[in-house]
Amino acid sequence: MDEIQKKLTAPSKASREDVTGRIISYTCIAAIIILVISILYFITSRGIATFTTNHVSLWQFLSGKEWNPGTLNAKGQPQVGALPMIVTSFSVTILAALVATPFAIAVALFMTDIAPKNGAKFLQPVIELLVGIPSVVYGFIGLTVVVPFIRHLFGGTGSGILAGTIVLFVMVLPTITSLSVDALRAVPTYFRSASLALGATRFQTIYKVLLRAAMPRLLTAVIFGMARAFGEALAVQMVIGNAVLMPRNLVTPTSTLTSQLTTNIGNTIMGTLPNNALWSLALILLLMSLVFNLLIRCIGKRGEIKS
Amino acid sequence: MTPNQTDRIATQVINVLVLIVVLILMFLLGDIILNGFPHISWHFLTSPSSPFSAGGGIRDQLFNSLYLLILTLIISFPLALGSAIYLAEYAGNNWRTGLIRTAIEVLSSLPSVVVGLFGYLLFVIQFHLGFSILSGAIALTFFNLPLLVRSIEGSLHAVPDTQREAGMALGLSSWRTIRSIILPAALPGILTGIILSAGRVFGEAAALIYTAGQSAPILNYADWNPTDGSSFLNPMRPAETLAVHIWKVNTEGVTPDAISISAGASAVLIIVILLFNFGARAIGAHMYKKMTGGK
Amino acid sequence: MQTYDLSDTHIVTPPEEIALSTHQLQVYYGNNRQASMTDASLSFPRFQITALIGASGSGKSTYLRSLNRLNDRIARVQGEIMYRNTNINSPKINVYEVRKHIGMVFQKPNPFAKSISENITFALKAAGITDRRERHQRVETSLKEAALWDEVKDDLNKSALALSGGQQQRLCIARAIAMKPDILLLDEPASALDPISTTKLEVTLKALTQKYTIIIVTHNMQQASRISAYTAFFHLGHVTEYDQTEKIFQTPKIQATHDYVTGNFG
Repeated sequence: MDEIQKKLTAPSKASREDVTGRIISYTCIAAIIILVISILYFITSRGIATFTTNHVSLWQFLSGKEWNPGTLNAKGQPQVGALPMIVTSFSVTILAALVATPFAIAVALFMTDIAPKNGAKFLQPVIELLVGIPSVVYGFIGLTVVVPFIRHLFGGTGSGILAGTIVLFVMVLPTITSLSVDALRAVPTYFRSASLALGATRFQTIYKVLLRAAMPRLLTAVIFGMARAFGEALAVQMVIGNAVLMPRNLVTPTSTLTSQLTTNIGNTIMGTLPNNALWSLALILLLMSLVFNLLIRCIGKRGEIKS
Repeated sequence: MTPNQTDRIATQVINVLVLIVVLILMFLLGDIILNGFPHISWHFLTSPSSPFSAGGGIRDQLFNSLYLLILTLIISFPLALGSAIYLAEYAGNNWRTGLIRTAIEVLSSLPSVVVGLFGYLLFVIQFHLGFSILSGAIALTFFNLPLLVRSIEGSLHAVPDTQREAGMALGLSSWRTIRSIILPAALPGILTGIILSAGRVFGEAAALIYTAGQSAPILNYADWNPTDGSSFLNPMRPAETLAVHIWKVNTEGVTPDAISISAGASAVLIIVILLFNFGARAIGAHMYKKMTGGK
Repeated sequence: MQTYDLSDTHIVTPPEEIALSTHQLQVYYGNNRQASMTDASLSFPRFQITALIGASGSGKSTYLRSLNRLNDRIARVQGEIMYRNTNINSPKINVYEVRKHIGMVFQKPNPFAKSISENITFALKAAGITDRRERHQRVETSLKEAALWDEVKDDLNKSALALSGGQQQRLCIARAIAMKPDILLLDEPASALDPISTTKLEVTLKALTQKYTIIIVTHNMQQASRISAYTAFFHLGHVTEYDQTEKIFQTPKIQATHDYVTGNFG
């Protein structure tokens, strides 16, 4: 009797095991949290050095068109205008998303509503395959196929926003598509049957019921795609031309934030202005990825289908 | 136009768009395979690269990619597993868990170049690890973690709660229940997740160019001592991977046969990743069948 | 639904030796202020079957799951659960020990994805029974007690998932009694079973009362009247009536109980 009572209150092997388990899993999650905080901290502290140590004005950085951090301009100020790269990054991102979205939604509709059986069976692996192709391979094909093709059509070097857009279009297509498929599948079947039973055609059902019901999640899908395009480095770097010039049209060489970073961070010396300025570009990338994240959260919260 | 005509036209438009996507994929694969296959030879796979003359191979790059992948998985899997167990089994439904999930989402949405630059800053520069396989593997771990955590957590969640209750009701500790009941049941899903993430890691380059570096020093495959500078196992040496190699020969423009090397290397890359994808599916299905007793 | 006066209760204390009792047990789910189970005070006689009956959502499963602290993760439980003169609903208690003494079988059969014998030996190993022969002995006895031995004795190494639903449920009972508990809690153990398996299960349970105290939640009133010595009727998170099973079914004292057992409820 007493022995059992004692056992009921004393720690046992099982309770010790549980302490071990908690320590292990809490440590792992803590490591990830520390990692995220240190990424944010380190990139931010490096990124603001341009403004705090080198006293470049934020406005000049965001609106200046001359990027030549090593030299001073006529007024004796360093030339760190990031506007060309900001404009190019946003251009390729938005253009790629604009082109990819209709294709992605068409493929998603084909898989969910037009040919749900064979379409999905065939296209699912196609999409997964496209996701799996590494970005350098996309860049290489862009360099050997897309750039010469544009050069042939428009003259010049062939690199530029158009080449970047085409490469990014193919790269974000699978991302947007697979998320759109999820969005459309989340619309309950009775939405469809109710609409069809009222005599609506399939297209009317798709257009007026399906796409509307799935709209918030489709939007998130597109933003996910844009986030991927905005942060993509090597594939774009291989086809964009890497000249820090304000893009005048779609087929002149220019530079994105990522391409400038990958090309030059190894050629600058830590702590100097040219290096700090590059970290500021990285900071913009970081902030934009937070913005995309926030957008996805906001839209996602509103778009939950209640059934 | 009547609704029926609109319906027909719209369906046609969708079909055309789908066809274009399929054509793009077929073109991509065709381009990679038709241009790449002729360059894949035993010589190509087994000789070292030669930056300034034609006829170089990809032996060291291929090995570096595999070695880096294995190191990355060794570092990232335990961390991801522990974190996923925390999220699936221990985390309560409160603001703290929300914050942790947000942090993981932020990590997964960071561009890989930013993750790579952080690795460069912290490990290559601050910790003086230099351009090394170890720095590269740590950077790839950061890049790999969120996805791996999410896929493992999903597999753990897919194990019915009744299994947890069964273990608890027998007086087993939660840890023992997780380790010996939940984990084995989730294993097929976890394994599939790992292999799929391996495919991603294998093809990643942006996070590596400033961590594992862009040079492939001559390796001595007979030297099994990891502390020797020239040993192929030395984790502190710089290591250009296959993906980085493709990027480098194309952007530096000093290798005369850059195009054919990249074509061959791209084909090898794609084949390995395809193998990972099929392997993941096959292993997952096989284990699932075995565990449920063929039912 | 008709409303009944919830303060109108009739609860007896069995004269037999008491194996487990609760005093004013309250259960709150999540952050709810409203208790899902209010003031449940019951005493369960040793080596008898006690049935907990009531409509869905009446709190009987919630109550049962609190008895071996299985609600710890999802709910707040207040009040006393007395077992061997110890309040086992206290933070100082080692819940793993509690669960070794108070076993449980669930609504849906939940064998592990392991072999039949491993299903039983697994927890024994974890509990520190290192002797192989002892473990095998327990596999045999528990399977015999659960009336499954004859059906599976040649397939002990086969996957437990290949068994039928009824067999799986009896395996789960065997798994629970292999730990040699004092008390066995069963949460609607027959709800997923066909009538023949149910009958087998009931016979098994009756036989088990020689060694175990059994508390069973059931939807099935015939089942309660067939196997149990005492019955508690739950209504809207309250224990309304608790008495010998015959009295509950033949001469209930409370209107709600009367309406429920005669089928005029709700």
